[in-house]
Amino acid sequence: MKKNSNQEARTAMLFASPWFIGFSVFLLYPLLASIYYSFCDYSVLRPPIFLGADNYVNLWRDEVFWIALKNTLVYAVFALPLSALCALVLALLLNTKVKGMTFYRTIFFIPSLVPMVSLAVLWLWIFNGEYGVLNVFLKGIGIASPPNWLSDTLWSKPALILMSMWGVGNAMVIYLAGLQDVPQQLYEAADLDGAGGWMKIRHVTLPMISPVILFNVIMGIIGTLQIFTVPYVMFPGGAPARSTYFYTMYLFDNAFIYHKMGYACAMGWIMFLIILGLTLIALKFSERHVHYGGS
Amino acid sequence: MSERNYTLPILAVLVLCIFGLSEYVTRPVTNPGPVEVVYWEKWTNFEGDAIAAVVDEFNRSQNKIHVKLLTVSGIENKTLLAIAGGNPPDLAGLYGPNVPQYADAKAITPLDDYCAEAGIRPENYIRAYYDIGVIHGHVYSLPTAPASTALHYNRTLLAKAGIDPDKPPQTLEELSEMSDKLVVKDPSGHINIAGFLPAEPGWWNWVWGYVFGGRLWDGKTKITANSEENVRAFEWVQSFSKKYGNRDVQTFRSGFGTFASPQNAFLSEKVAMELQGVWMYNFIDQYTPKLKWSAVPFPHPKDRPDLANWTIVDEDVIVIPRGAKHPNEAFEFIKFLESQKGMELLCLGQRKQSPLANMSDEFVKKHPNPFIKLFANLPKGNNNFVTPAIGIWPEYLAELNSAFESIILMKATPREALNRVQERIQPKLDSYLKVLKLRNEIADTPTN
Repeated sequence: MKKNSNQEARTAMLFASPWFIGFSVFLLYPLLASIYYSFCDYSVLRPPIFLGADNYVNLWRDEVFWIALKNTLVYAVFALPLSALCALVLALLLNTKVKGMTFYRTIFFIPSLVPMVSLAVLWLWIFNGEYGVLNVFLKGIGIASPPNWLSDTLWSKPALILMSMWGVGNAMVIYLAGLQDVPQQLYEAADLDGAGGWMKIRHVTLPMISPVILFNVIMGIIGTLQIFTVPYVMFPGGAPARSTYFYTMYLFDNAFIYHKMGYACAMGWIMFLIILGLTLIALKFSERHVHYGGS
Repeated sequence: MSERNYTLPILAVLVLCIFGLSEYVTRPVTNPGPVEVVYWEKWTNFEGDAIAAVVDEFNRSQNKIHVKLLTVSGIENKTLLAIAGGNPPDLAGLYGPNVPQYADAKAITPLDDYCAEAGIRPENYIRAYYDIGVIHGHVYSLPTAPASTALHYNRTLLAKAGIDPDKPPQTLEELSEMSDKLVVKDPSGHINIAGFLPAEPGWWNWVWGYVFGGRLWDGKTKITANSEENVRAFEWVQSFSKKYGNRDVQTFRSGFGTFASPQNAFLSEKVAMELQGVWMYNFIDQYTPKLKWSAVPFPHPKDRPDLANWTIVDEDVIVIPRGAKHPNEAFEFIKFLESQKGMELLCLGQRKQSPLANMSDEFVKKHPNPFIKLFANLPKGNNNFVTPAIGIWPEYLAELNSAFESIILMKATPREALNRVQERIQPKLDSYLKVLKLRNEIADTPTN
């Protein structure tokens, strides 16, 4: 019997080995190597030279690093709650029993399928200061001089935050799945207790879907802190005056434009620690507020 | 039971067979045909057709070497990664400003010996173009399609503003004055037409200091971003935001379409005068062939007549990456490309001037750009401005662009903005040189 299970374990390992080898070679090794490179001068083209903590010290003193980090955090602080709220409200609305609901659900989900680059180009036109749909609309409702969304340092980040609402479809679908799982009898019980619509949301729906909210918040933290494609296409170099220069853009420039791979690795690890920290905080916070079914 | 025991070995043998077969199918052909030289180039469209014609001509001219041309986007990054991965092409078409960075990293092969053997000498070229490929005294690249810049202006708009289109501005002061006359605003103060805007097209924000006699570094160890000339240049740039109103200019500019479209600010007749390169003719011809335009040397400061007839000199280059499999054969193609025949075939196809010292009469006669002689002659003068041959240039440029934007948007004074650039880039140059020294790249680090 024991020999047999050994045999099975070996067979299992053998079948799992392509994944395991792939993981070690293409993920684990680069990951560990990047820790080493973060302490080196490394341009990919020549062997790394060990510099000690130079990269980290230079990052600490690097003004653009702080600008990029600040931009990213400001974006995340606004975009994350706003899109979470938006997705949740949409999901709640789309969970009601109205005729043709599947049609509405599709309509609200479709935008999140548009590829990022096309999306960026589309919004470049929407935000165009002279001919953009948005400003034509704003002028129409009586705002005489609407903002130059793309060339004003004050409005470039709000423009991106506004734009991030476009992609709430994904989160919305996950909320919707969570909402469908809330047992009907809880609502019936609430009805018997005389709870109104808001009370039911507050005391039944939200607690029941709190694990889904936690999941979306953590994914949102990771996603918003890594924002890259859209600003990279819409605001080359983080224009105007670095107001949209995000962390990942600076990382990319260091790695592939300035050939400072070691510096970029150091940035990567700092970002990892920031995301890890925020995720742990979210998890810690969730202990009191997230209710798992059955517990 | 016994069946199950066989499953695994059979599967393993099958997998090995598939691997073996694919190795066999994809193995390099070893029959004694022509040597295949792989050439990565960035150009597409008619510019791509031009290099394809040169490659075809070369392949037809002999039977020992076959050049295989591949169009590659983002070529500077992909070549970098291919070199790092040890599997680069034999030839790569990079951009001129990439050369110092690649040469410092020893990513490209020095061509001195090849050039000496092939008789490719500096005097074959207009010197400014040749010098772009020379780093630390070694030739690392040779020119392909060159470029130079001049003032392009809209004759119709000048005439409408009461300016004689045959008397374009000579000095920056005149340029500024004419620009004021060309501005057309609607009753609400909204700009409809502008004369000249320093941020349009905004590709050479680094050059304005040179126009006033400044430099961006001393050629060795010192960054000179905040020199008086550079500050004066940025003050001149900022004067346009001041007199036309920062907000109004931003609103006006935000209505411009992308460069390669009829909504281009110059093609759609929204901006009357622009600093542009030899390629501008191609876009005018494609999108607005009826536009009445001329090109003249860009104006210079009135008190610096010695800076007249200045131009930005830039070029695309060809290099042999480190680790190329057939460097000798690759250079045979370079030799053909750098001959008058090969070069004129390329440059006529791309509608640019030739980087060679001599242009054939036929080339000039056949060339569609009516101002080709201007673009060809400007780089022969003394005021050729080239991006600094410095390994940290990409970072320096990003910093200068950011400073440029902040003064255009009136977020900083020119001196503040340039001091910031100075403070940021000098330490970067210091540590760059320190690492280069660590790598024993420079025998002696200059200490002045």
